[in-house]
Amino acid sequence: MAASRHLLDYPRFLGRLLWMSTDGSWRFYTWMTVLTAIALVGANAYAHQLAEGMALTGMSDHVSWGLYIANFTFGVGLAAGAVMMVIPAYLYHDHEMHDVTLIGELLAVAAIFVCLLFIVVDMGHPERAWHLMPGIGRFNWPVSMLTWDVVVLNGYLVINLHICGYLIYMRFLGRKPRKQWYLPFVFLSIFWAISIHSVTAFLYSGLGGRPFWNSALLAPRFIASAFITGPAFVIVLLQAIRRFTGLPIGEGPLRTLTSVMRVTVLLNLFMLGSELFTAFYTGGSHATAVRYLFFGSHGHHALVPWIWTAVALNIASAVVVHLPATRRHVGLLNLACALAFVGVWIEKGMGLIIPGFVPSTLHEVVEYVPTLTEWKITAGIWAFGLMVLTVAVKVALPVLSGQLAASHAELGHISPLPPGEGRGEGIG
Amino acid sequence: MSDTVSRRTVMKGAGATLGAAAFAHAMAPLTEWSKDLSVGEFLQKHYKELTRDEMGRILVHLKEETKRKYGRDVDIRDLPPQEGVSFGYALNLSVCIGCRKCSEACHQENNHDRRTGNSYIRVLEMQQGSLDLEHGNANYDHPVPAEGKYYLPVQCHQCDNAPCVKVCPVQATWKEADGVVVVDYNWCIGCRYCEAACPYHARRFNWAKPEIPAEEINPDQGYLSNRIRPQGVVEKCTFCLHRTRAGRLPACLEACPTGARVFGNLLDPKSPIRWVLENKRVFVLKEELGTRPRFFYFFDK
Repeated sequence: MAASRHLLDYPRFLGRLLWMSTDGSWRFYTWMTVLTAIALVGANAYAHQLAEGMALTGMSDHVSWGLYIANFTFGVGLAAGAVMMVIPAYLYHDHEMHDVTLIGELLAVAAIFVCLLFIVVDMGHPERAWHLMPGIGRFNWPVSMLTWDVVVLNGYLVINLHICGYLIYMRFLGRKPRKQWYLPFVFLSIFWAISIHSVTAFLYSGLGGRPFWNSALLAPRFIASAFITGPAFVIVLLQAIRRFTGLPIGEGPLRTLTSVMRVTVLLNLFMLGSELFTAFYTGGSHATAVRYLFFGSHGHHALVPWIWTAVALNIASAVVVHLPATRRHVGLLNLACALAFVGVWIEKGMGLIIPGFVPSTLHEVVEYVPTLTEWKITAGIWAFGLMVLTVAVKVALPVLSGQLAASHAELGHISPLPPGEGRGEGIG
Repeated sequence: MSDTVSRRTVMKGAGATLGAAAFAHAMAPLTEWSKDLSVGEFLQKHYKELTRDEMGRILVHLKEETKRKYGRDVDIRDLPPQEGVSFGYALNLSVCIGCRKCSEACHQENNHDRRTGNSYIRVLEMQQGSLDLEHGNANYDHPVPAEGKYYLPVQCHQCDNAPCVKVCPVQATWKEADGVVVVDYNWCIGCRYCEAACPYHARRFNWAKPEIPAEEINPDQGYLSNRIRPQGVVEKCTFCLHRTRAGRLPACLEACPTGARVFGNLLDPKSPIRWVLENKRVFVLKEELGTRPRFFYFFDK
């Protein structure tokens, strides 16, 4: 097939997949309707925030980043961690992992969408985003860490879209994917996954005026926690796919991902302990933010319940994931995943971004509590992310399982397949 | 079979219509927002790329906008840095009494939002004998000067190695030839990374549209300094460049009742600022961060 034909056929193929994604069972429609409703609530809150100003948030000049950047940071971790599945599959030739690697990459794509949206809603002037475009704007690269983040996040999105799109398209055409068209990108994506979360950490750790963030351990901590949340999410997602689509997903990938989590939950706790040791053993003003975070200071305690919840969840997940019974009972495994996911979400969010600002650089203690507007927008963005993920997984699976292939669906005809052929039953 | 398909399609169509309507309804508040958005402003180039003509047109537009939004005729100019001038500021901690007249003057001079009572200057009440900011308090509410205390006003230090300039992803903030760090309010995307980076809490964000009664607006304005800032951008102290570049003194200095403030051209050997730097024991805040401020503190004794 000539390359030029692909130029036409590939968009058609994508269009067909998208069209297919609107078919599904009642469960699928319910799921998407609920997500749409939440996303709309978020969109409405955002429209108000844009019109009336960011005074609708709980942020202030003292705490100038809040829930949005916290969720952004967490989302980057999720995106980086999702690619964790690629390492066993391609670096250690675990062939069982190959089949589910794509799921991880689709999750990465959805997570990056979430991250980009959190950045957009945090901007005072989102319509000026074009100032960030290299060439037409004034891109402060390589000096500003934020420009590095723009580069790595968008690059990561493109790489993963390419890998997923290519592999699915080839499967659809019934052809063997050519290694030179995806393997280099797969290896690049591993390297790139590390880079997105490291650069995001450098965003904070590079600020000399914020002692809480100004730690060389921040990037390794970010990576460790990313390699908790990515696998945790994928473990649960794979089971959902197995349950709702009947796609044969073996125990192998679940076992591998559980092993990854066993290491990373402990590593994460160890690094948290190291930071606490440095802060408290040294004491003095070096420890003020940490003291505020864990014990409160000068009568302010807003973050104390958050961080202890996070610590409790992280320790609990570490215990549960190491219980011998977890190997046999998938319910326990899911519990460990949920505990770890929420634990890291708090730790990388309220436990990391906010204490960087409290006390402020002039040592004023001004607390931050997210407003309803912020919660609505945050929920809306996550709902949108789940919609992207659902659609992505739903359109990828029929191709992967061979239910949709070029051999029995000529590309030129974009009309849907007759019902009852298993089409569109996706994960709905 | 075709019945099923068409019913499905009809339902999808209905769903899509409903979704689109709901989306339009959800985003309706944006009509308010887009009213303030002009194509010219949207496409405006970076300050440093503007020609004289373009700047002229922008200034006219900004004046009209101020008239429309705030009901006041103002004069907005774009004064360039003077040749051979490099500004410096010094503050005598021995005589500062913490009256905060400087913050008040800053508030009025720079057309700050009245609702939040914003100012570029924060005055910390400090424990005598300690330079530890942790023992400072910016929210004191009692007669000054208080026993056993001294006062430390903090504003933008116009650092020569400014963390805020370094981190800005779009170069909306930079250092001018006379040492003043400025913000192009029409270029700032409002990410507030500079606010996070500044070790001196010197930057402010316009969380909402500033509110100022027409009669309180200071009509003597500069494009890069005290013109009324748009909602959603970061702003900062500019050493009152609309005044100082015209040979006047910063508003905070003129307002100070004790003469604690000294301002001038660091390149002029006869300037009072040079005298202070050469004859007093001078220090800067957070020297260890390597920001190289051009705002200096000194004690008499």
